Amino acid sequence: MGMTIAEKILARQSGREMVRPGDLVVAEVETCVLLDTHFNRHAGWRWPTRLHDPDKVVLVADHIVMSANPEAAIGLRTMRQAARHYGIRRVHDAGANQGISHQVIADMGYALPGTVLANPDSHTVSAGAFNCVARGLGRPELLQILCTGKTWYLVAPTVRYELIGELPEGVTAKDAFLYLAGRWGSHENQSIEFGGPAQAGLSLNARRTLSTMCAEVSAEFATWGPDDRLLAHMRATTDRPFFPTHPDADAQYVEVRTIDLSKLEPYVSGIDGVIHNTSPLADFQDKVRLDQCVVGSCANGTLDDLAAVAQVVQGRQVAPWVRFIVTPGSQAIYREAARLGLLSTIAQSGALVTVAACGACAAQDFGTLAPDEVCLTSTTRNYKGRMGAAQAKIHMASPATVAASAITGYITHPRDLPAIDLAMGAVQ
Amino acid sequence: MKHIIQGRVWCVGDNIDTDLILPIDVLQMPRAERPKHMFRANRPGWVQEVQPGDILIGGRNFGMGSGRPAAQAMKDLGLSCVVAETLNGLFFRNSINFAFPALEIAGVHDAFEEGDEAKVDWVAATITNLRTGVMLTGEQWPELMQQCMSAGGLVEQLEAAGMLHPVGWSPTPL
Repeated sequence: MGMTIAEKILARQSGREMVRPGDLVVAEVETCVLLDTHFNRHAGWRWPTRLHDPDKVVLVADHIVMSANPEAAIGLRTMRQAARHYGIRRVHDAGANQGISHQVIADMGYALPGTVLANPDSHTVSAGAFNCVARGLGRPELLQILCTGKTWYLVAPTVRYELIGELPEGVTAKDAFLYLAGRWGSHENQSIEFGGPAQAGLSLNARRTLSTMCAEVSAEFATWGPDDRLLAHMRATTDRPFFPTHPDADAQYVEVRTIDLSKLEPYVSGIDGVIHNTSPLADFQDKVRLDQCVVGSCANGTLDDLAAVAQVVQGRQVAPWVRFIVTPGSQAIYREAARLGLLSTIAQSGALVTVAACGACAAQDFGTLAPDEVCLTSTTRNYKGRMGAAQAKIHMASPATVAASAITGYITHPRDLPAIDLAMGAVQ
Repeated sequence: MKHIIQGRVWCVGDNIDTDLILPIDVLQMPRAERPKHMFRANRPGWVQEVQPGDILIGGRNFGMGSGRPAAQAMKDLGLSCVVAETLNGLFFRNSINFAFPALEIAGVHDAFEEGDEAKVDWVAATITNLRTGVMLTGEQWPELMQQCMSAGGLVEQLEAAGMLHPVGWSPTPL
């Protein structure tokens, strides 16, 4: 009997011939990412007497990188001290290589195909786009990995999503996820595997949006198979060994579901979660007045996302009552978007371009909502109270939909924006 | 750690997330402060009514969301365990990490009303409603998790193995 991608990787990393759903394995972790939030002095973090292998450890400042208060400053300083004490070389502190951990992992080629990656953030499923077994862990397991190089994983049954067709113009991977979450709901105790003929046409950024968002439906892992696009990216970003891992032809899936991307349209979520709570944009069109719009996060802070925003807002102005926050996923993306002129286009529309940080997505450092304010976001999560006051209302949509809605001040389909004549300059 | 627990029951529904259990600003507070602010968005004032040993019954996908130590905070609040239809995987991992019993038992949500008395055996993975006499059984944890639970948590296991510096140690100042 064959194995899925996640099963094959877990078998290899735990020294087994085969694993099956229900098995508990202790697997070697190739990449162990720690975040700035560990080192808050109230977090109860404990220190290993020695690291199993400092070369496998990555430190990233993303949740509190803006150092907005003395507690954050103390935590960040402790992170720097730890890096020096333990001889950790891959450190992404405020500066040129900083970013949101999942974006940094993507930029730097840290998620090695066929291996296991650990990170305490729940959106770690993101690295499944790189043919990597990755999920959020608790901080105690990160400590265990630092000490021993290993931790435990439960092998869950896998749902396979076969992607066919091409996304229509203006419809994105975010919309595909919102469709998935609305139709099939939560996947706790299940892994997700994406593949099918449409994979080749999806950028790594699009794949990562889908994988990252799978945290929102409680998936264990959200893996993709290796293809030319992935292998070219890995060769360009890392010298470390990796092990491209395809599912077996006779892999066992609990269910195979087909998504025809060509049939999708822009989707918007209701408030307080996405599980069985998303609808076609038309259900919300012009009905929801917005106070804040956000594009960013580990799911949608890529160059593609910034380009989508720039395309929509070029020559247009953000509605006067809306705060539009745009957060590049990493400083590398920030620089590239600046070089391409995307950031100036976005800033000229009246949007606020911020540093690469978790930021508004988790009410950290900036973008916090007041009671009863309404936000449309293309970040990761819209739980009650997620972005500030519990009485705030958070809807989720794609970056293009969020950008169009920031212009009108209401939830709006990008194709419904009034036309402008770019040759004649901006029309107010 | 006792593996048979008896206590009064509180009930919540499906998809209870970690932002409800432990809002992110609360995470910046000293640990002793956190229980006062838990569940404030969906059940304001409720934490004042929780008595040590009370049991929380959940629906599907309990604990969805972040890796923050929600299970540790529930333990600090005085809850003795959570039993739900299904649990989010990351919440479950943290339950084991912090030795806070969390069980998946099908049918549990409909078998209880708030105020019922329940008896839970977290080794056998059973729950009994002492008002109705209904007993339900779930899947037992693998041995490795039982050991972690019995040791009082994963950090305690690492400590016992001599792998950690003492509490209060910190890296050399720059």
